[in-house]
Amino acid sequence: MSYRRRASPLHAARAGVGCAYCAALALATLLLSAPVALGAVVVSIAGAAVGARVLREMRRAALLALPLGLLVMAVNMLVAQGGLTVIARLGNLPVFGQTDITLEATVYGAVLGLRAIALVLCGALYTAAVDPDEVLVLFRRFSFHSALTATLATRMVPVLARDARRLAEAQRCRPGPPPSRARLMRATTSGVLDRALDVAAALEVRGYGAARRPARGWRMRRPWSRHDLAFGAAAVAIVGLAVVARVANLLPFQSDPSLHAPVGAGGAAVAAAILICALLPFADRRGIER
Amino acid sequence: MSVLSLREVTYTYPGASAPAIADVTLEIGPGELVVLAGGSGSGKSTLLRAANGLVPHFHGGVFAGRATVAGMDTRDHGPGALAARVGTLFQDPETQVVMGTVRAELALPLENQGEAPAAVARAIEEAALALGIAHLLDRPTAELSGGELQRVALGAALAGRPQLILLDEPTSQLDPVAGDELIALLRRLNEDFDAAIVIAEHRLERCLGFADRAIAMRGGRVVCDAAPAGFLAWACEAAPELATPGGRLLSGLGLAPVAGVKAARSTLRARDLLPDTDPFVAGAAGRRERKPHRRAEEPALELDRVWHEIDRGPAILRGVSLQIAPGERVALMGRNGAGKSTLLRHAAGLMRPTRGKVRSSGRVALLLQNPTDYLVHERVGQEASPGALATVGLGDPELADRHPRDLSGGEKQRLALAIVLDGAGEPTYKNAVVCLDEPTRGMDRGRKDELAALLRELDAAVLVATHDPEFVATFAGRVVLLGEGTAIADGTPAEILAGGTYFATETARILGGAGGALVAEQGVAIVSGSPGSAGSVASAAATAEVRA
Repeated sequence: MSYRRRASPLHAARAGVGCAYCAALALATLLLSAPVALGAVVVSIAGAAVGARVLREMRRAALLALPLGLLVMAVNMLVAQGGLTVIARLGNLPVFGQTDITLEATVYGAVLGLRAIALVLCGALYTAAVDPDEVLVLFRRFSFHSALTATLATRMVPVLARDARRLAEAQRCRPGPPPSRARLMRATTSGVLDRALDVAAALEVRGYGAARRPARGWRMRRPWSRHDLAFGAAAVAIVGLAVVARVANLLPFQSDPSLHAPVGAGGAAVAAAILICALLPFADRRGIER
Repeated sequence: MSVLSLREVTYTYPGASAPAIADVTLEIGPGELVVLAGGSGSGKSTLLRAANGLVPHFHGGVFAGRATVAGMDTRDHGPGALAARVGTLFQDPETQVVMGTVRAELALPLENQGEAPAAVARAIEEAALALGIAHLLDRPTAELSGGELQRVALGAALAGRPQLILLDEPTSQLDPVAGDELIALLRRLNEDFDAAIVIAEHRLERCLGFADRAIAMRGGRVVCDAAPAGFLAWACEAAPELATPGGRLLSGLGLAPVAGVKAARSTLRARDLLPDTDPFVAGAAGRRERKPHRRAEEPALELDRVWHEIDRGPAILRGVSLQIAPGERVALMGRNGAGKSTLLRHAAGLMRPTRGKVRSSGRVALLLQNPTDYLVHERVGQEASPGALATVGLGDPELADRHPRDLSGGEKQRLALAIVLDGAGEPTYKNAVVCLDEPTRGMDRGRKDELAALLRELDAAVLVATHDPEFVATFAGRVVLLGEGTAIADGTPAEILAGGTYFATETARILGGAGGALVAEQGVAIVSGSPGSAGSVASAAATAEVRA
């Protein structure tokens, strides 16, 4: 999965704002644990994926995240022994010992799994909708070389994937039994090192070795677009709502000793507000093409 | 003041026993366009790396002499400091484009120099417009073709308005159309930007016509430094492998060689030696309607109405039928995306047709573009059997103990060929089919001739996908032209390669396809035998054996 500029309000927003928007959704995921709140965040991310036209990329990420969520849930079911409502007695299991599956541990595991999925999806949304080169410009003031290395690593992934496909094809052309994995690994490593040397030489002649920390005001001032303002405001609002809900305990969630997750009017309003704040910036589709 | 000055420069790579360049002295003035010629390993790349500071700062090793770029001594200034004065473009577009988008790539060198934002923005716009890549500015670099990537890398080299641009075989990894476009672009940039350009290139016929000067290297030393015509005169005498086909044609006729098709035609016309034929008429005259080869004997390889349709994508092959007889040497030509590589993969069983059948009488060995991908062992002797190694000319017992990655480019390719041929019926490989995908990409003429000779020696049927008409003229007995996944022409090399432009050899372009002459020696025979008359050219064609 990689960034590709699309005609969407999120892509049209500056990278700093895009980062903030994705980070706000991730922060809300971490601050809130009530299922209704997490559900609102996940729906917000899905809606953002539709609005940013990166649903296909997000679906791929979701397929990878789903097993992770289920694993988290399963581990919690087996490990957490809290909760009063036993739904299955598994007896004495190796490693785990006396194991009872409780409804409360299962639900809490599901919440943790949902949180893990939401965090993966936030990362996927960032990867698909925020320009990494702009992020590099943002971070070059702090550590240019580290930021460039990160960008380079992202750029090299498809190149190395193509190399690997080529190598696999060449090995299929060899008669007789295929070479051992160790030999292939050694050949692959040699190829990667050759690539690395070429890239290093290219960076050198682009002046990387003599790169200077940019002076203050290095970046050209870019006027804030409507999308910068909308997503920036959305990020602030989402974080604000999550903090208020957490501090005021508007969306309580308790799983031990028994489940307790009432959704009052305040909690429902917060969940709805997060959803609205996250999706509203996508309604304005003026000036989204570059 | 010269832009580049090398004085008695000698450089030895770390661990090497001999210097890569020795006692090189030369000066390059502002705005000069210089072509650097020489075989693989002659020191061209090292010379360019000495000019941009990679030698010795990046590679290490022992450096002697003095190199100055725009007044900066490379011993005191590394490649980073020189980057503002020198732009460099390497062979492989994939490894020199490092950023995610084209705009960021063009900005990187300027940002490294600490340029002001307005200057960066202006330089990006100018470089993009000059190179015709303004429409790509916001495209991800991962989605660009090789030609586009190379243009972007050139843009990054140019963005800082360097006084010297160094290009190390910039077209070797590109298809001919992209390569020709890049060369044409360089010519225009040389005029517009007034930057000195030094280009190392194997296909000299591409760029010699508009160069100011040509420098030939051999064994790390400068052996010729002259204007293109003088260089060609020297090459025809002292280094035929560096002479262009047009140069050899004129030299063979006893004329002073000149660079470029237009100049060669003018020279011949001035002496009433240019066959008086319309190139298209000549090409058509040499052509005849031809049905696909069908032989009585069992074909070595047969593709019967083969389709390859990608799920939710286009059809790459559309009912291709092709029969190749044992021992037949066939060139598969066509523009990028025509389906050449896909057809070879079907022949070798790497892909299955979605419709149709592929049959072969023996082993089908496929050699893909990068021979290094085949090499996985520590010793040459472990990679293939002695018989297979002997067949490809690597039977020397001393070679068997060397590491495969230490071999030269040509030796690596022969080793890879031995690997895929191993066990397919040494020593003659009579029933085998050998498929090669773009085997001459990045090769100098000497290596191409070696490969052509090797393919001619094999008794196997040979199917080569290539864009290189000069190579086809030296080895093939038949050419199949693919277009949009179908075979659109099938005939002898003279029928397909003479009379056109893109798929024609330089000799054919100079002579307008007359007599179906493809290589210089055939051209000399036709022109010297029958100057000035279309009728006599046709009769010469009838007697000349134009098949390679």
